[in-house]
Amino acid sequence: MSWDLETGPLLRVRGLEKRFDLDEGLLESLKFSGGKITRQTRAVHAVNNITFDVNKGDAVCVVGESGCGKSTVARMVAGLISPSNGEIHYGGARIDGLRGKDLLPLRKKIQMIFQNPYASLNPRMTIGQTLAEPLRYHNPGKSKGELQDKAIAVMKSVGIDPAWSARYAHELSGGQRQRIAIARALTVDPEFIVADEPISALDVSIQAQVLNLMLEMQEAHGLTYLFITHDLSVVEHFGTKVIVLYLGSICEVADTRTLFSNPKHPYTKALLSAVPQLKDDRPNHIRLKGEIPTPINLPAGCPFASRCPLADNRCAAEKPMPLQKDDGSIVACHAVEEKRIDALDWV
Amino acid sequence: MSNSTFDTGTPPLATPSRLSLMWNSNIGYSFRRNPVAIISMVVFWLITLAAFFAPVLAPYNPYDPSQIDILNSEYPPVWIDGSLPEFSLGTDDQGRDLLSTILYGTRLSIIIGLCAVALQAFLGISIGLISGYVGGRTDSLLMRLADIQLSFSTLMVAIIFLAITQALFGSEVFSRYAVLFLVGVIGVAEWPQYARTVRATVLAEKKKEYVDAARVMGFGPMRIMVRHILPNSLSPIFVISTVQVANAIISEASLSFLGLGMPPNQPSLGSLISSGFDYIFSGSWWITAIPGLVLVVLVLVINLLGDWMRDVLNPKLYKG
Repeated sequence: MSWDLETGPLLRVRGLEKRFDLDEGLLESLKFSGGKITRQTRAVHAVNNITFDVNKGDAVCVVGESGCGKSTVARMVAGLISPSNGEIHYGGARIDGLRGKDLLPLRKKIQMIFQNPYASLNPRMTIGQTLAEPLRYHNPGKSKGELQDKAIAVMKSVGIDPAWSARYAHELSGGQRQRIAIARALTVDPEFIVADEPISALDVSIQAQVLNLMLEMQEAHGLTYLFITHDLSVVEHFGTKVIVLYLGSICEVADTRTLFSNPKHPYTKALLSAVPQLKDDRPNHIRLKGEIPTPINLPAGCPFASRCPLADNRCAAEKPMPLQKDDGSIVACHAVEEKRIDALDWV
Repeated sequence: MSNSTFDTGTPPLATPSRLSLMWNSNIGYSFRRNPVAIISMVVFWLITLAAFFAPVLAPYNPYDPSQIDILNSEYPPVWIDGSLPEFSLGTDDQGRDLLSTILYGTRLSIIIGLCAVALQAFLGISIGLISGYVGGRTDSLLMRLADIQLSFSTLMVAIIFLAITQALFGSEVFSRYAVLFLVGVIGVAEWPQYARTVRATVLAEKKKEYVDAARVMGFGPMRIMVRHILPNSLSPIFVISTVQVANAIISEASLSFLGLGMPPNQPSLGSLISSGFDYIFSGSWWITAIPGLVLVVLVLVINLLGDWMRDVLNPKLYKG
């Protein structure tokens, strides 16, 4: 596969899938049914056939309810878990399946910020050690003074007093810790940052600070973000492109503005209606009825069919393919494809 | 918002000394509030310091044949009639001053205990870390090995091993390297205690995000295990270490008592108790009783300290 690096996307994800086996080992997989012992393994289908691109300088947001596979996508892109199927390309080279030393140059380019700043910093290390370790590890030739300068520069850039480097993580507040976590990711000068709900564990007043810090860093270092969140108001503020996930499948991919002004997928419409608004001229929240199917036994058709008011026989039987629309958005919905969506009395 | 106003000037951090940090920490506080811990600590250091300064403190040197006179054997302690004033705790069957012999013997017992525990800890922590971090088949294999090892009692393994080596090398060679043999056998026999505890903590720690963060940084598994996971698993290791030191000292004493440990001319607490045991019914009870008392007190205070440490480091009571 080849494409122009200058114009092509920085990150290219094709047909990504992840299954987590529930029955590990032979004994657990043996089942007794109908008078016979059969061997069957169940798996949680966390991510199913996801395809998307991230262009350089983008801030792509992945949204969806809990358990829809957002974090799994993030961890696969960051190389923490390997996909069961599909390909991830970064800067033109395939990166899934890399191991050990081959992965090292990539680690300097792709970094990750974690959800919980209370857990993502090593409690036995001071701030200084936390920041110095990756610097030393990735720049073995540099002198101690140079590394020290770099650490201080990074700390200052995220708004942390360098005098705190003797403190431990538990002496800091959540927002301060998340700043340290961002600083740690920036020590290796990455191009691409995977942020797994970086602000959801923080106080609302701190959320904006950290979000703005991430935007500043994007401008200062020319970063590209893959931003996992469940907070749509953050997406509106932060993202250039949005991917809506439901049960491990893509519902809709669109530019942020397009998505917020003209959501097409019924699930996206329902999600957007749930965003609190100051002005009250919006219709009431859309209440979805029905249950989310279990990711262990995925439905044959559209994963959203069990809760969609427009679902018909085709939706139950056939999985909708993502189709490109005129305004650039990609929607996977039979109702949109058949233009039945206008019948929906929601919006 | 202190985190956005740092440049207006935060007061410089006072850096208190290590000792005062320790004194003011939770552990220091709980230690000061716990009389049992204080007394145990004092007794422990008294015995340990006395033992390690034995060459200075002891009136005689039990390793020096010129200072031993067989005619002085079996003198009782000073508070009993018929004693000699120069032997304050009496003498043993070889005519050695009992006080000196106990001091030297305690030193040997503590050294053997500490070295054996160091060996146990090295083996157990390495195996536990690898087992917990790598997981899968490696984990199953190592833990089954630990189960097999645990199904033999320490003493049984030690007795068989020491008896065979004694028969193999002859008692001459054996008594020269008895310390090494004892350390080796006690160290190897008890590693599963460490391995299992360490593995359990590693399993809990490796799920935490800081380990993921370290992996994203590209650190190798060795570095993550030693620099990130191990420092966070130290509290249970401390607790078992104290208990294991006491256990190792007891194992050494039992083996020496059975004649499989230290030879009579290199006194340890166990070999001293054992050598006095032959004379206990002829009236010379002190050769067994006094070293026995020292052994009991030493093991008791170490166990009490271990108990206290377990309470302090219990994450349910104390979070740090």
